[in-house]
Amino acid sequence: MDFDFITKTFVRLLAALPLTLSVWFLSVVLGGLIAAGVTWMRVSGVKPFEFFARAYVMVFRGTPLLIQLFVVYYGLASLPALRASFIWPFLRDAFNCAVLSLALCTAGYQAEIFRGALLAVPHGQVEAARACGMSRLLMFRRIIFPIAMRHALPAYSTEMISMVKSTALVSLITLWDVMSIALKIRNDTLVTYLPLILAGAIYFVVNYIIGAGFLALERRLSPHLRPRPS
Amino acid sequence: MASKFMTALGLGAALAAGLPFAPTAFAKDWKTVVIGMEGAYEPWNLTDSSGKIVGFEPDLAMDLCKRAGLECKIIAQDWDGMIPGLKAGKFDVIMDGMSITDERKKEIDFSKPYAASPGSFLAPKDSPLAKATAAGTLVNLDKDAAGGDAAIKGVQAALKGKTLGVQVSTTHANFASQYLKDVATVKEYKTTDDRDLDLKSGRIDASLDDLPTNMATASKPDASEFAVVGPKLIGGVFGTGEGMGIRKDDADLTAKFDKALTEAIADGTVKKISEQWFKIDMTPQ
Amino acid sequence: MGDLAIFGFGQGGWGLALLQGAAMTLLVSACGLVIGSAIGGLVAWARLSGKLLAGGVGQAYAALFRGLPELLIVYFVYFGTSTLLTETAHALGHEGFVGVPSFAAGALAVGVISGAYQAEVFRAAYLAISRGELEAAVSVGMNRALLFRRIIAPQVLRFALPGLGNLWQVALKDSSLISVTGLTELMRISQVGAGSTHRPFAFYLGGAALYLVMTIATTRFFDVAEARATRGMRRAMG
Repeated sequence: MDFDFITKTFVRLLAALPLTLSVWFLSVVLGGLIAAGVTWMRVSGVKPFEFFARAYVMVFRGTPLLIQLFVVYYGLASLPALRASFIWPFLRDAFNCAVLSLALCTAGYQAEIFRGALLAVPHGQVEAARACGMSRLLMFRRIIFPIAMRHALPAYSTEMISMVKSTALVSLITLWDVMSIALKIRNDTLVTYLPLILAGAIYFVVNYIIGAGFLALERRLSPHLRPRPS
Repeated sequence: MASKFMTALGLGAALAAGLPFAPTAFAKDWKTVVIGMEGAYEPWNLTDSSGKIVGFEPDLAMDLCKRAGLECKIIAQDWDGMIPGLKAGKFDVIMDGMSITDERKKEIDFSKPYAASPGSFLAPKDSPLAKATAAGTLVNLDKDAAGGDAAIKGVQAALKGKTLGVQVSTTHANFASQYLKDVATVKEYKTTDDRDLDLKSGRIDASLDDLPTNMATASKPDASEFAVVGPKLIGGVFGTGEGMGIRKDDADLTAKFDKALTEAIADGTVKKISEQWFKIDMTPQ
Repeated sequence: MGDLAIFGFGQGGWGLALLQGAAMTLLVSACGLVIGSAIGGLVAWARLSGKLLAGGVGQAYAALFRGLPELLIVYFVYFGTSTLLTETAHALGHEGFVGVPSFAAGALAVGVISGAYQAEVFRAAYLAISRGELEAAVSVGMNRALLFRRIIAPQVLRFALPGLGNLWQVALKDSSLISVTGLTELMRISQVGAGSTHRPFAFYLGGAALYLVMTIATTRFFDVAEARATRGMRRAMG
């Protein structure tokens, strides 16, 4: 066991963790905002909005994220009109493109999660709220949103973890996150498994923390599902 | 909670620990040899539309195997599965434009190099590199220490504050990280095609890669403002060239290929095949 | 060759290769999803059982295979089982490397990963069933089998379908990782074509288009299934 190599590799991988986490965090937050908009369009009842929302989800869930990254970073840059425009300074930077592309992708998945969560709200509760004279906003805030959020939590936690692992694709656009550095060390030294195992351990810990956090949140928000004290 | 985590980690670690130590004992009297290539790395090796693997390396491999009296089978494997495939015995040789480096020699053996070419810069024709020290000439970093120093300093000055693109895990990437990391921004790309796209869109100011690759890019119609500029560098951190990767246990196989390669270089076969695919002679000097 | 001609079916055209890759992707993903459902159902059942050991194992499985990068899991499934098979073959006198068929390894890897996520979907779907219904069924005297067949299973299916639809899309994308087993699915063909012809845009956009077509076609299936399963269900929104 070459402890020197293990330590050096582990340190190099940890040094890339801030990049992984920052791309992840920014993209899921931005993605959440976009998804909220898309979901709102989907349930708005306005036909063109609904069509756009469905098409958006279809395209961003239906194509591989790798290709989406490629199009956002390389594809847009190959258009002379775009290079001359005011968004070029933003799109020139690989980090910005990574966050944008990952956000667009997760928004597709998050929109579907939100939609499923809204569907799970029992109609009886909405009827009762209307009968009480609640305004639409109040009904959303006090009835629909809490129930929907509780239902969405397991799937949302899944998507959060999935996004952490999706950040591994950003090496396509010259950003070297934890997994990419592990693969690079592997290519440089031809050591077959060790860099991957160390990277796997790091991802496992990060994902475990995220999963545990969501589980705790779920428990807090559903006291009525816990077994009654005897 | 903690105990479940520990159990899972322990299981995973046990599984992981067992794997690399799985003994691999394979046939020692070589009759058939399986060679792994990507089939996506034109012109080293590529796949034609019918699925057949063609290119410089398949042609050379067939020739070497004939000389060594071996029956060779070429299979396609994507790069990520190449190294574990070799170690597990799925194939016996990796022949995929892999540069010989000291670091890699710790894990596997290499045949002697079957191709070598200078590192060169591709940049817009009006780049400062065009006027850098020793521009347009071939500088050997091993044999000409003073000239090499001057050329490197010239490149550092020309690229100060600029962005250079290289392909990850190549000797060019090693050169860039050794000499250019502090003066320029070095961006590493997974494939040369990706890097060429960024050169054209202006995200990077120059590419460092081997000469035939850069010449091929420069010759394309949409690359008219770009040219191979600056010094051409060989030796030193650029290593001795590309070689066949073979497991350390199979020293006899390495010897067979070395002998065949020596013959193929001597009678000009390597020159002929490389000129057919690369348009220049890639024989290692 | 012209940009569109490269996708043709004649000499030098990659159309057939791309379609074969797409077919492979569909097959592997479908088999993986089915394997994942079996595993996911088991793990969800273990976690909901309330028993400490079963719950613990279920939770560990879900945590492990959701938390590890998929690439690592594919490696261990493929090279792990292949090494096992090779060693067994050597013990029986066979020489050389024996690999697990790449399709089987690929489908198993996709299934192992998908199962961990499907367990979560099934668990949430079960928890969404109204307690009142379960209580009423028990008080009416339904036995466990009848309870499962008439109350639990239909409603789990109904609530799980959107989540499963999501996971089918995920499985389609995860299938692109199994190229390390040597299987030529759509993503691999796109990359091989792009690298062999130096035309990344053509092949990546072509591949994306094929993925989209597959998604649209299979989403129809899930939409129809969802419509049938939620017949008569009144919803608050959407």
